Amino acid sequence: MTHNAPTSAEDQDDWDLEIRAHSGWLNLHLKDLWRYRDLLRMFVWRDFVAVYKQTILGPVWFFIQPLLTTATFTIIFSGIAKLSTDGLPPLLFYLAGTTPWNYFAAAITKTSNTFVSNAGMFGKIYFPRLVTPISAVISTLIQFGIQFLLLFLLLAWYLFKGEPIRPDWLGVVLFTPVLILLLAGLGLGVGIIVSSLTTKYRDLSFLVTFGVQLAMYATPVVYPLSMVPAKYRFWLNFNPMTSIIEAFRSIYLGVGSFSWLWLGYSAVVVTAVLFFGVVIFNRVEKSFMDTV
Amino acid sequence: MSRPVIHVESISKLYRLGQVSTGTIAHDLNRWWHRVRGREDPYAKIALSNDRERKAAPQSKSAYAWALNDVNFKVDQGDVLGIIGRNGAGKSTLLKILSRVTTPTSGRIRVKGRIASLLEVGTGFHQELTGRENIFLNGAILGMGRREITRKLDDIVDFSGCAAYLDTPVKRYSSGMTVRLAFAVASHLDAEILIIDEVLAVGDSEFQKKCLGKMNAVASQGRTVLFVTHNMGLISSLCRRAIVLEQGGIAADTTASEGILAYYNRDKASAYRVDFEALGRAQSGGAATILEGSIVDASGRRVPEIDMRQPFKVKMRYRLNRDMPMAPFPNFHVTDSSGNQVLVSSPVTAQCPTKAGCYEVDCHIPGNLLNNGAYFIGLALSYIDKGVHVLFYEREALCVNVIEPVEETLEQWRNGFAGIIPGAVRPRLDWSVTEIK
Repeated sequence: MTHNAPTSAEDQDDWDLEIRAHSGWLNLHLKDLWRYRDLLRMFVWRDFVAVYKQTILGPVWFFIQPLLTTATFTIIFSGIAKLSTDGLPPLLFYLAGTTPWNYFAAAITKTSNTFVSNAGMFGKIYFPRLVTPISAVISTLIQFGIQFLLLFLLLAWYLFKGEPIRPDWLGVVLFTPVLILLLAGLGLGVGIIVSSLTTKYRDLSFLVTFGVQLAMYATPVVYPLSMVPAKYRFWLNFNPMTSIIEAFRSIYLGVGSFSWLWLGYSAVVVTAVLFFGVVIFNRVEKSFMDTV
Repeated sequence: MSRPVIHVESISKLYRLGQVSTGTIAHDLNRWWHRVRGREDPYAKIALSNDRERKAAPQSKSAYAWALNDVNFKVDQGDVLGIIGRNGAGKSTLLKILSRVTTPTSGRIRVKGRIASLLEVGTGFHQELTGRENIFLNGAILGMGRREITRKLDDIVDFSGCAAYLDTPVKRYSSGMTVRLAFAVASHLDAEILIIDEVLAVGDSEFQKKCLGKMNAVASQGRTVLFVTHNMGLISSLCRRAIVLEQGGIAADTTASEGILAYYNRDKASAYRVDFEALGRAQSGGAATILEGSIVDASGRRVPEIDMRQPFKVKMRYRLNRDMPMAPFPNFHVTDSSGNQVLVSSPVTAQCPTKAGCYEVDCHIPGNLLNNGAYFIGLALSYIDKGVHVLFYEREALCVNVIEPVEETLEQWRNGFAGIIPGAVRPRLDWSVTEIK
């Protein structure tokens, strides 16, 4: 049987859906995604509600985690290793670095196992799979928001105490959403690329956890970029996270380098990674059930 | 009303056998290299047909099998289509492709309208969330909008019968309650096409009846239903049409009754007429030989299906190869589709011949005796001589599908109840209702 030419009237009818082996590479299915926006909202809400059910402290854990991490950093990197904090109170310096970094890291780790950990659900029902990683990135935003609040409180406390910190308030208003968008985009992009590549061969998933950990040291999170010798600094800038973290610190704490050039570079990288990620993700989502 | 809403065109699906290991990457690279050069997939050519019981053949190098191979069919709007077949025949693969969980290896399917698929009840239920929260979550996963769910919430809760536990986490629910809640959500989908895989196997009988009623209602609204099950009773009461899948291909695409028979034929070589001589199954060595068995309706035609209100006859021809001292009596063993023995019947010995020769026996089965569904009839000949001696016994030799036109009997005999009426038999008994003064 060949079906190359429409033969009967019914063949010329408009069909709502066509299922076939391959569709174009560049069809991003964004319209489908929009139709399932309620599902996106439900997933975000589920992630948030479900995580802390049956805990007594609930969302307070969101505060405790970053506080302990920052305290550890303060003791090790500032107290013992005596790394510079650009003249800022160490607690504030580290918190301003780890808050965006933690968000980025959490976005990657939560999205990088999308296919493997949701195989049960994906195997039974269709919805645009992209809803899952996007919802993970958004629900992580809530955790980020709480840590962000902590940063704000700490900042207010130090300002009140009369520390010489000069936040760029206009920058805060204008750039916070941009930086968050960049963080989310990069985390999502890297995460869905990893999740797409690990459906058949799981090898890459071993890399994710410690890869993210190592990447933190290749990003000026626990040290300022200004401390890095000039010959490394140029290369460090190619890490798209560098300019994002530096910009974050510079608008909130008034130290570090805000570079339009490198921030623009980061934006280009993020867009490219995200686009590539969505393309490969859409490619994999159709048939991953056979290989996962 | 015969507008096609699903058009399946030469759908095939290739699966890799065995485990994913380092060996597979070589195949992947090779396949990729073929594709780059615009060649055909080198492994698809040597893939095996889908035969679950085939032992791994050492001489064949193929690690691939066709779960579906060139499947074509159309479904019209309002069709209630049953898909039947043995385990591994490709039913679930077909449903998965239709529900877009996976893609076909080749071919295409075109669909009109929204598809809602229920391959599993309660997909995405979160144990920590309450019943109410899960209604919203599950509804969203099935493709319902938030407003749509809010509007239907009361109906869903009513249907599930779990109102009292609505604010309890689902992990405290019994499995039956979870299923009730989940099916309640799913059955309130407004999709034009409903794909259902074996989900009614769970839940208590009260709830099953509720589900069936709901499915009948869905079908009568002109929506299209694709339904996979091993329960032939459900197929015969819900579906008008059936597709029998076998080893990844369509073995029959016909009415529900004939589909059921075709399905049983593959398993048990039984039908409404069996000519044992032609099949070479008539053994002439013994004292008696079975020649033929058949099922005929009131007007004498051999038919695969009988209206449950109509009488029919079971016929058997046999040959006595020599004179017998005791009269051998024919006996018919009726079992239902789940293998339960319904009845055994035989004529009185005085009617039975003892001399060598060929004979035909008729057994008249009245209307309004059997329930609707498939029945098997075993044909035997035995005699009593200090114990029972069996001359032959063809187990489940014949199969008859007893159907009930629900639309016609709904008001008169079913009190308006459209679901399945359980029971191995459904004789029409005399009732009287009188007022007590």
